[in-house]
Amino acid sequence: MEQLADNRSPPAWEGRATGGGTAASSPCWSCRGPVGDADYAFCSTCGAVQPPLPITHFQRLGLASGFQIPRDQLDAAYFDQARRLHPDRFATRTPRERQFSQAQAVSLNEAYETLKDPLRCALYLLTLAGRSSIAQERTIRDPTLLMEAMEAREALEEATDLAAVEALAARQRADRDSCLASLQQLFDAGDLDGAEAVTLRLTYLAKLGEDIRLRRMRLAMSA
Amino acid sequence: MLLQIHEPGQTPDPHEQDRGIAVGIDLGTTNSVVALAREGKPEVLRDARGEAIVPSLAAYLPGEEDPIVGVMARRVFLDEPEAVVSSVKRLMGRGVEDLKALGGALPYTLAADQPGGMVRLAVGGRVLTPVEVSADILRAMKARAEIATGRRVDRAVITVPAYFDDAARTATRDAARLAGLEVLRLVNEPTAAALAYGLDQGAEGLYAVYDLGGGTFDVSILRLQKGVFQVLATGGDAALGGDDFDHAIADHFLAGRSDIGSAAAQQALATARLAKECLTTQDAGSWWIDVGAERIACALDRPTLEQLIRPLVQRTLEIAQSVIADARLELDEIKGVVLVGGSTRVPLVRRSVEALFGRPPLSDIDPDLVVAMGAALQAEALTVGSDTLLLDVLPLSLGIETMGGLVEKVVERNTPIPVARAQEFTTFQDGQTAMAIHVVQGERETVDGNRSLARFVLSGIPPMVAGAARIAVTFAVDADGLLTVSAREATTGVAAETVVKPSYGLDPDQMAAMLRDSLEHAREDMQRRLLIESRVEAQRVLNALMAALAADRALLSAAEAAVLEAAAAQVTVALGGSDRDRITLAVEDLERASATFAQRRMDAAFNAALSGRRLDAVAETLGAAAPSGIRDPAASPAAPA
Ligand SMILES: [Zn+2]
Repeated sequence: MEQLADNRSPPAWEGRATGGGTAASSPCWSCRGPVGDADYAFCSTCGAVQPPLPITHFQRLGLASGFQIPRDQLDAAYFDQARRLHPDRFATRTPRERQFSQAQAVSLNEAYETLKDPLRCALYLLTLAGRSSIAQERTIRDPTLLMEAMEAREALEEATDLAAVEALAARQRADRDSCLASLQQLFDAGDLDGAEAVTLRLTYLAKLGEDIRLRRMRLAMSA
Repeated sequence: MLLQIHEPGQTPDPHEQDRGIAVGIDLGTTNSVVALAREGKPEVLRDARGEAIVPSLAAYLPGEEDPIVGVMARRVFLDEPEAVVSSVKRLMGRGVEDLKALGGALPYTLAADQPGGMVRLAVGGRVLTPVEVSADILRAMKARAEIATGRRVDRAVITVPAYFDDAARTATRDAARLAGLEVLRLVNEPTAAALAYGLDQGAEGLYAVYDLGGGTFDVSILRLQKGVFQVLATGGDAALGGDDFDHAIADHFLAGRSDIGSAAAQQALATARLAKECLTTQDAGSWWIDVGAERIACALDRPTLEQLIRPLVQRTLEIAQSVIADARLELDEIKGVVLVGGSTRVPLVRRSVEALFGRPPLSDIDPDLVVAMGAALQAEALTVGSDTLLLDVLPLSLGIETMGGLVEKVVERNTPIPVARAQEFTTFQDGQTAMAIHVVQGERETVDGNRSLARFVLSGIPPMVAGAARIAVTFAVDADGLLTVSAREATTGVAAETVVKPSYGLDPDQMAAMLRDSLEHAREDMQRRLLIESRVEAQRVLNALMAALAADRALLSAAEAAVLEAAAAQVTVALGGSDRDRITLAVEDLERASATFAQRRMDAAFNAALSGRRLDAVAETLGAAAPSGIRDPAASPAAPA
């Protein structure tokens, strides 16, 4: 059986509400008044940095939800938030502010890393839509995909020179690109069943890509 | 006027003057440098003779209380090499086994008693840990900075090789604490160098930093964009540097001799270093080494030198290539290569780097000074403020030992820091209440190939049937690259206790004892630090109240507002003095006095929400809609000036 996704989970506090986003639920730790809803990270009255709220990665970055956010847009949003939240900005502040800024920066990095990688982003979108089972899937059950995976593995084992590995890499890239294109359409159309199937294939292709990379590195070293 | 009203978030500290200054220190294997930045201009701090470089040598003469550090220690070395510790950085966070792996004739005498964990050195009749020796070097850097500036120096950014593991980083931070320095941040050496270069030249795009120091090699790939220094990947070898060139040359000089003692080995190394330095400009030379009464003549020309060191240089190029591959980049996408570290003066190194990247490397800033300058810039950014931002990564994967000595990775290398990841474990026996966890760092699939960082025992797990407990172990890496581990049983929420036993570090008791022993500054430093902390906290409380009053003064009667303002004025008055207890009491009074006000503010917000004014906002937050209008970072009141 092909091993698929790993089982690492986000930090424990990601799922824990620290007050919710409603204006009246939880007071600001610093001025003890309402945090307000103008910003997710800072109190709207006193400006103190707050513990991270259980909001989506898209909300955290101030981006509209969607698959494959253009990289320059994602980077710009990430840098903007990092400028405000990175622990370096709080080096001379009180211990609590440093602690909260670190927690905010951790959540921000998690959001960036997730949305930056198309596969992780697809899995995340499916999880948001309540289809979290696929992320836990560690084996391939679909017979067509299983056949494809076994054939690819065989081909990789038989590829003994760089050119042969290069050819497999090109095919893997093409397959991956077509997966990404169809995922884009499926997510846009709200076809979650379709998206789930393609994401599973993308998971396998990512692993194949990694195997090809290792194989190529080994061949290059021995050359 | 009773109160001075500040913008929220700004904390103009009237005592900034009696706060010490913050410097940048490059604590190198062979040389150390200290620098200070003012208004974005870094300046290396020199001694009375204009010398910037402090050799990282500490001499411990029998009967002398204080060690001799730097150039003077080099003189001691000529007569009493066994009293001098060199290249101590190579031993940071390392155990006796690691030391044996370094191979060759070691220029150290190990203490007879090695109780496991960190290496202990026997020198000048005492037994010292590498942390203590590094602390002595840092004290000398601190003293130099205080003489050069005429100010007290109590905070520093200290650079470490990007490839330093957690044990070595922790050891460095501990050394600084022993030397009476608060570590503002541990910054990776290549990142510091990039900061100095990027700001100097306004560079944008993808850059590689090739950093070959005395004992460590690092290569980092960074993206520079509008003041953001984003590390994409880093790699290296924490036991490969110019020292290895010296060892190769010394072995060549002493080829075939087995009668070499530690003193002669030290001499051979010193001669080898001299030969290496001469051959950066000359084509050949000859030197001699004394072995007992015998004098050995040594000759070396550049082709032979390059033949000796070529395998080492080749190894650095292979590492550089694999780091570029890790960043998912091709060589031709790299816009420039920065050379850092004294060992990049060796002509073969320069030629090889140029050949690999297909362009001449940048080296306009002195490769021996650039790291300290970058550290100084970051020290200023952290204390005074700056538009630049360093985004660094975890250099080596963190994992946990699983069945059969295998490693399960929890955080992959090159993950941006700070980061936190949780891994879930379960019990395998009914009623099991404790569990041992072994934390390792490195890329190998088995425990043996990786660094052991610590062993943790989780206890206090509620007794359940086997497999029912769900213990989430969270690995949190802060912006210094330092790891903390916490654990919680998920079904009951019981926090499991962690008992830390660092594999190659000082445990908290040892550290406390060392701090107690360094009496000269400990007490006074501690008092001063506590006073500063209470001031920062008082200022925060004051700012928060001012902001709340500005927003919701209408909720108070004139008399109530006057009471609050009087309590705030007491805090301001206390802040004018240096009595920590008085500040703390005034803050407590103010917090008590403002409790009712806080309650009214919450009630008012709640009523407003109920009355429908905020219903839209509530609906939006409950749904998954994207937020409208994240505030402009420049306008954010919480961004410190
Ligand atoms: Zn507030």
